Amino acid sequence: MNDNSRLDPPARVLVTKIGLDGHDRGSRIVAAYLRDAGMEVIYTPPWQTIEGVVKLATEEDVDVIGLSSLATDHLIIPQFLVALRNAGLDHIAVVVGGIIPDDERPSLIEAGVKGIFGPGSLRATIVDQVAETARKARQLRNASLWESIR
Amino acid sequence: MTKDAVQLSLPGFDQAFGHWRTEYQQQIENNHTIRNRSGIEINPLYTSRDWDGERYLSDLAFPGQYPYTRGIYPTMHRGRTWTQRQLIGLGTPEDYNRRVRDILDRGATAISLLPCNSGFRGIDCDEVDPVLLGTCGTVVNTSDHMDRALEGVALGKISTAMNDPSPFTLLAFTLSVAKKRGIPWATISGTSNQSDYLSHFIANHMFYRLSLPGSRRMLLDHIDFCRQHVPSWNPVSVVGQHMQQAGATPAQTMGFTLSTALQYAQDCIERGMDIDLILRRFTFFFDISISFFEEIAKFRAGRRIWARLARERLGAKNPASWRFKFHGQTSGVDLTEQQPLNNIARVTAQAIAGILSGLQSMHTDAYDEATSTPTAESARIAVATQNILREEAHLCDVIDPLGGSYYIETLTDQMEEEIEAIIKRIDAAGGMYKAAESGLVQTMIGESALTFQEQIETGQQKVVGVNCYQDDEDVRSIKATERPDLARMKEHVRRFTAYKEQRSQDDVRRGLDSIARAANSPSVNIYAKVVEAAELGVTHGEIVSCLRRELGFGQPLIVA
Repeated sequence: MNDNSRLDPPARVLVTKIGLDGHDRGSRIVAAYLRDAGMEVIYTPPWQTIEGVVKLATEEDVDVIGLSSLATDHLIIPQFLVALRNAGLDHIAVVVGGIIPDDERPSLIEAGVKGIFGPGSLRATIVDQVAETARKARQLRNASLWESIR
Repeated sequence: MTKDAVQLSLPGFDQAFGHWRTEYQQQIENNHTIRNRSGIEINPLYTSRDWDGERYLSDLAFPGQYPYTRGIYPTMHRGRTWTQRQLIGLGTPEDYNRRVRDILDRGATAISLLPCNSGFRGIDCDEVDPVLLGTCGTVVNTSDHMDRALEGVALGKISTAMNDPSPFTLLAFTLSVAKKRGIPWATISGTSNQSDYLSHFIANHMFYRLSLPGSRRMLLDHIDFCRQHVPSWNPVSVVGQHMQQAGATPAQTMGFTLSTALQYAQDCIERGMDIDLILRRFTFFFDISISFFEEIAKFRAGRRIWARLARERLGAKNPASWRFKFHGQTSGVDLTEQQPLNNIARVTAQAIAGILSGLQSMHTDAYDEATSTPTAESARIAVATQNILREEAHLCDVIDPLGGSYYIETLTDQMEEEIEAIIKRIDAAGGMYKAAESGLVQTMIGESALTFQEQIETGQQKVVGVNCYQDDEDVRSIKATERPDLARMKEHVRRFTAYKEQRSQDDVRRGLDSIARAANSPSVNIYAKVVEAAELGVTHGEIVSCLRRELGFGQPLIVA
């Protein structure tokens, strides 16, 4: 783990699941990994709605949202990204973990997903990439804040 | 024979053993401790000092004889091999019907039905984004849908396994279809898979939707109803698979599962049901991981412990009640996204373990299940794997072929000890219901999941393509994922909405009112009312939301 990438204040990450699937072993383990790496993790049980997650992301002022999908819920992630944009939360980076078929990955990336972690992803990879994603998201956020003050 | 007698009969045993041990210690390069997934230390060699056959009759006996360690039937796979039961379900009822008739035309005698995830959540298709509908199972919300799904299927002759969690609407729809077709309910056979609400509450939040006390009553009413009206149906499948998939060790899984079965059996006894009429219809469903010998020992120990619990603790008198019948599914957790064709080898090893354990029915995973629902090709290879093992590998020639192996028998004894310790711990917590309610089981599983993941992270547990033998050029053929036709699905939803408007609203009200009334009078069987409502055209979502209102909705208990 690269400690230089640690943010101050620490990265805030929302780990959640939208849609119908309830498999949560992955989201729970990843939440614990990110927490143990010093990030502030907001974890929810499965079955959140798109609107509910957008609301929570606003209230909790997060840098990154990690969506876990093991049973085709990734098919509504593009809609989630639209909802996030419509709520003015463009600066929040969205990463996805779980089972995403190869041929359906490009559409997620095109929709704006910043990273996809499939089965077999190791702790170090996930932690490093989420930390880096959070750092970029925070920069973007700060830049736009300065912009609005000016 | 006593231990002394064995050694007397083998003059020079001690000396020879000592000689081997010295040589082993001199020559072994990396003499580190090896433990299996359940934490049992594994020796480099087992001999008659570890297991000597002294307790053969009491601990093993012969196939079909109590305590059934060597198998629950006298003939086992020599007489009848396992049932091949692959899960199917995708798209609309019409899509499912095409698939199921194709399978039946190819000679299948048993079918399965996996419903859409929206069904597991307790909602109808008109409440869900159509993009998600039918992607993981078939959309069946009414008796009418079931009629279309089973068109041309000889109900009453074909055994049906349905993933049908509480409140068991799929069986209710099936019974309604049977009545309409004039098929007696007594001939309807199959299994309510996913009837084990405790396993859902603990480890698989896909299905959870009624409060714990509500689910408990619903299951008992379901068992009682089937006993009276659908006697060939297996109303309970006790599931270890979810817990092992969620991270429980093989020993923990067996312990929790047997504790769950004890809980259901005791609940039935408290209701005044005859235990010998109930237990013969209990079946079990497990994960088969790639920890080969450990899995075999897990199943052999499980058979023995269950026979003793059923006979001694539950007081069952009929041998049919003591038999531990189980379905095994090769473990998806062991499959990797990297180098996906390697998964065929993993599934083969898992399936051999299952066969050598003497299972009654099996599902083999397709090699691409780590990334998607199987394609037609990968599903065919999964079935072929079973066919090759059965027809070519001579695995079924001998019953319990590993029985009597010093290692297997020692490990079976050690796993038994571990499993019994877990059952004791659950007993001390007041039984499985209480242990799930308090979060004890969830905490234990969560800890095991983290420990196992740590072993992979540190390389202590090797996974080819993940933490060793990584291939920089991991060439994967990118295939097109099969998704239900969106236009057809939208049409299905439109028809459903029209159906809801056209049916008799009085009937719907009547059906739901009687469910609500039954929910508030403990002496009335709620499931009988669910079946009546299904016949009156009430939908799955309407039945579930009525029950949620009356019996309470439960959020899964998350223990981080």
